[in-house]
Amino acid sequence: MKALALIFRRELALAWSGGGGPLLALGFYAAMTTLIPLAIDPSPQRLSVIAAGVAWVVLALASLLSLERMFERDFEDGALDLLALGPAPLEAVAAVKCLAHWVAAGAPLALASPLAAAALGAPLDLALLVVATAAIGGLAFAFVGGLGAALALGSRRGGLVIAVIVLPLISPPVILGGGALSAYQAGLPWLTGFLLLIAYTLAASAACPLVMAAACRNALS
Amino acid sequence: MISGLTVAGLALTRGERRLFAGFDLRLAAGEAVALTGANGAGKTSLLRAVAGFIAPAAGEIAFAGPAGPLEADDARRADLHLLGHQDGLKGARLAGDELAFQARWTGGDAAGLAAAVATLGLQPLLGLAVRHLSAGQRRRLALARLVASPRALWLLDEPFAPLDARHRALFGELMAAHLARGGLVLAAVHDPLPIPARMVELVA
Repeated sequence: MKALALIFRRELALAWSGGGGPLLALGFYAAMTTLIPLAIDPSPQRLSVIAAGVAWVVLALASLLSLERMFERDFEDGALDLLALGPAPLEAVAAVKCLAHWVAAGAPLALASPLAAAALGAPLDLALLVVATAAIGGLAFAFVGGLGAALALGSRRGGLVIAVIVLPLISPPVILGGGALSAYQAGLPWLTGFLLLIAYTLAASAACPLVMAAACRNALS
Repeated sequence: MISGLTVAGLALTRGERRLFAGFDLRLAAGEAVALTGANGAGKTSLLRAVAGFIAPAAGEIAFAGPAGPLEADDARRADLHLLGHQDGLKGARLAGDELAFQARWTGGDAAGLAAAVATLGLQPLLGLAVRHLSAGQRRRLALARLVASPRALWLLDEPFAPLDARHRALFGELMAAHLARGGLVLAAVHDPLPIPARMVELVA
């Protein structure tokens, strides 16, 4: 556990150093939320219908931003060798990397998401559910994103490869989270979608570290 | 604790290319082996195979402790240092932070860290960003984890390349002390090691 705490702290420090990852994601989030009403139709009636969903999709895209650095940087400079030869298995290292990624980028985005939804005209009583779905879905994005980042190791144009791998895999949480939000907004039962979102996140956090570790070993060989 | 390394009938391939086959090596506690061979002979690959990164095409790599054979991956994670061409140091971070991470991650404590800083004269570098260090300074920083965290088997890939004469001599002394404590050194080199070592040549 002490070793994993070490990795966690280092990952957080790395996320903030060199480009301020979280600020970048938040800036992208703000820019997209501003851009979409400009492109569609800024009338409040129309926007408020799609507000929660749009906030969610933009959140998913924003969480893709800094994925490329998650494993690639350690792979390029040899730190992945060191991580593989430490006291904790690579699976645990990969899981901690995803958690740190979520704390650095996913959680700030989740906190910003009700603001974005409200700015697009979503009703205020939706805010709590927006934060909850964004935080839980964001954790799934982090694990699935880490999987994409590990599989793309060593490939040229890694960012694009990651997006192609990750986007299909994050469609279930987008459907479930967005669905729960629109159901809540329409006064329909929303709990099932929310619980399924939690289930997806748990499944991703259990399965992805195994794949990430295997992909890292493959890249190192 | 690793006190013996046995490589038997090892064959390595990279892509379609067979690097070498039928390679045998025994390394006991207190011994150093200088691994030589032409460029591309597979020195780095052999070190990475011993570290567990490259799966052998044939043959075995086994670790033994004083009480008998060790489970290979446990032994690697607990008792092996690999110092390769890449040092794993992050340019944007302070040298002190990176050193502390590398040393602690590989099992070093505060006393070991202080000893490494003192031995390698790193104190003036600790407050600098890694990207502002020279190649030799980076290498010294990476070397420090060998001193800070006691692991028995050192796998060194061209460890002297960027070091100046004074630090080459110092590293030689560190290796000699490591061997005297019962450590093992397997180093891929082009120039002879500054310590008594068996020469083993890799040929295709």
